[in-house]
Amino acid sequence: MPPETAKTISVEINGELYEREVDARRLLVHFIRDDLGLTGTHIGCDTGNCGACTIQFDGLAIKSCMMLAVQADGAKLGTVEGLAGDGALTPLQQSFSDHHALQCGYCTPGMLMSASYLLEQNPHPTEEEIRKALQGNICRCTGYVNIVEAVKAVGEAR
Amino acid sequence: MLMREVEYARPSSLEEALRILGSNDGARALAGGQTLINVMKARAASPDILVDLAALTELTAVSTGSGGLELGAMVTYAQLASSSEVEVTRPILGEVAAMIADVQVRNRGTIGGNICSNDPTNHLPPLLVALDAAMTIVGSDGERTVTAEDFFLGVYMTAVATGELLTKVTVPPPGGAGDAFAALTVGADGTCIVSAAASVTSGAARIVIGCVSATPVRATEMEAKLGGDFGEASVREAAKGLGAQLDPPGDVHASADYRRHLAEVMAVRAVLQAAERVRS
Repeated sequence: MPPETAKTISVEINGELYEREVDARRLLVHFIRDDLGLTGTHIGCDTGNCGACTIQFDGLAIKSCMMLAVQADGAKLGTVEGLAGDGALTPLQQSFSDHHALQCGYCTPGMLMSASYLLEQNPHPTEEEIRKALQGNICRCTGYVNIVEAVKAVGEAR
Repeated sequence: MLMREVEYARPSSLEEALRILGSNDGARALAGGQTLINVMKARAASPDILVDLAALTELTAVSTGSGGLELGAMVTYAQLASSSEVEVTRPILGEVAAMIADVQVRNRGTIGGNICSNDPTNHLPPLLVALDAAMTIVGSDGERTVTAEDFFLGVYMTAVATGELLTKVTVPPPGGAGDAFAALTVGADGTCIVSAAASVTSGAARIVIGCVSATPVRATEMEAKLGGDFGEASVREAAKGLGAQLDPPGDVHASADYRRHLAEVMAVRAVLQAAERVRS
């Protein structure tokens, strides 16, 4: 394929297939939010620091503001909307609610995506492992204590 | 829209990638994008064509051969940190990769992207000079190999010329060496202020300081003074005067004088830990 400034891409998100034409310069997070209307994925800093835009890309947690939509052509993505796909909260989401792990809630989608990725890799993480795994996600309200407790409780309940 | 308009291609072969890279001076290789996409958003870089290397699976391999550890340019930090081949040959690479940024960045960022961007605050350039790595660069005229010491030319500048591509980093077998890395960063895994990498054998050391110049700086005088004596007092003595030879930048994180001081502190820490690893 020769280089192009726009391209038709096909992406599977939370099990559903989307096909759209996008500019090559369009960020993946803008594609997800503005083109597809999946606004659960947030944009906090737009510089790759805050992690509010964290999604899963072919099974790996990544920041969707540091990728182009065209790079996702053919990929399988998971966003926060996919966690409670059947309507019931996941144990992690329920635990966030139970432990008051959010205040303003802006960072929460990214926190949930990073924490669910951690729990997939490591079902019973220690506090240190949780803090290390959430290093790429910034929360300006909670001080992190309740977030860490919420994730830890899910590991302990298993 | 944050970025200037850009063309995008995802070639399925190295030949095709090289053809596109050679077709336009404004073509740039896109690896993990954890630096490039951000500088494009800030319009600090505005390439005309992005050549996404994601489909070149031959660049994602980690293998061990007679020449040592062979790391494809698209090997991610997460791969380095979890690879058993890295763990048994040069574990320092996994240890340092696990210190870079955060989980999400480590899942995308690559060794090739890290060294080709040659940001002076990156960890891998000084480490790879200390390990005496060799970089394989491919262009339309064929393949050539450049030592890590000759690879880094300036801030954001390397031996990879327009139209060329870094394909592989080869790290020699340890041969009994102990390797270590010490750094002072902003926060646990943030921007680096000064780093030092050391690779020590029973008779000699390679010591390299990062973040004090446009390219990694080899502490040759300290290496010579050390000889093969890695006792704590000797190492501290050998580091004296290292800072005075450097001309580091001063910025909001640290003055030039403080960086000179830190260079000695980090060099001592790295050499002592590396020597400990030779013994153990």
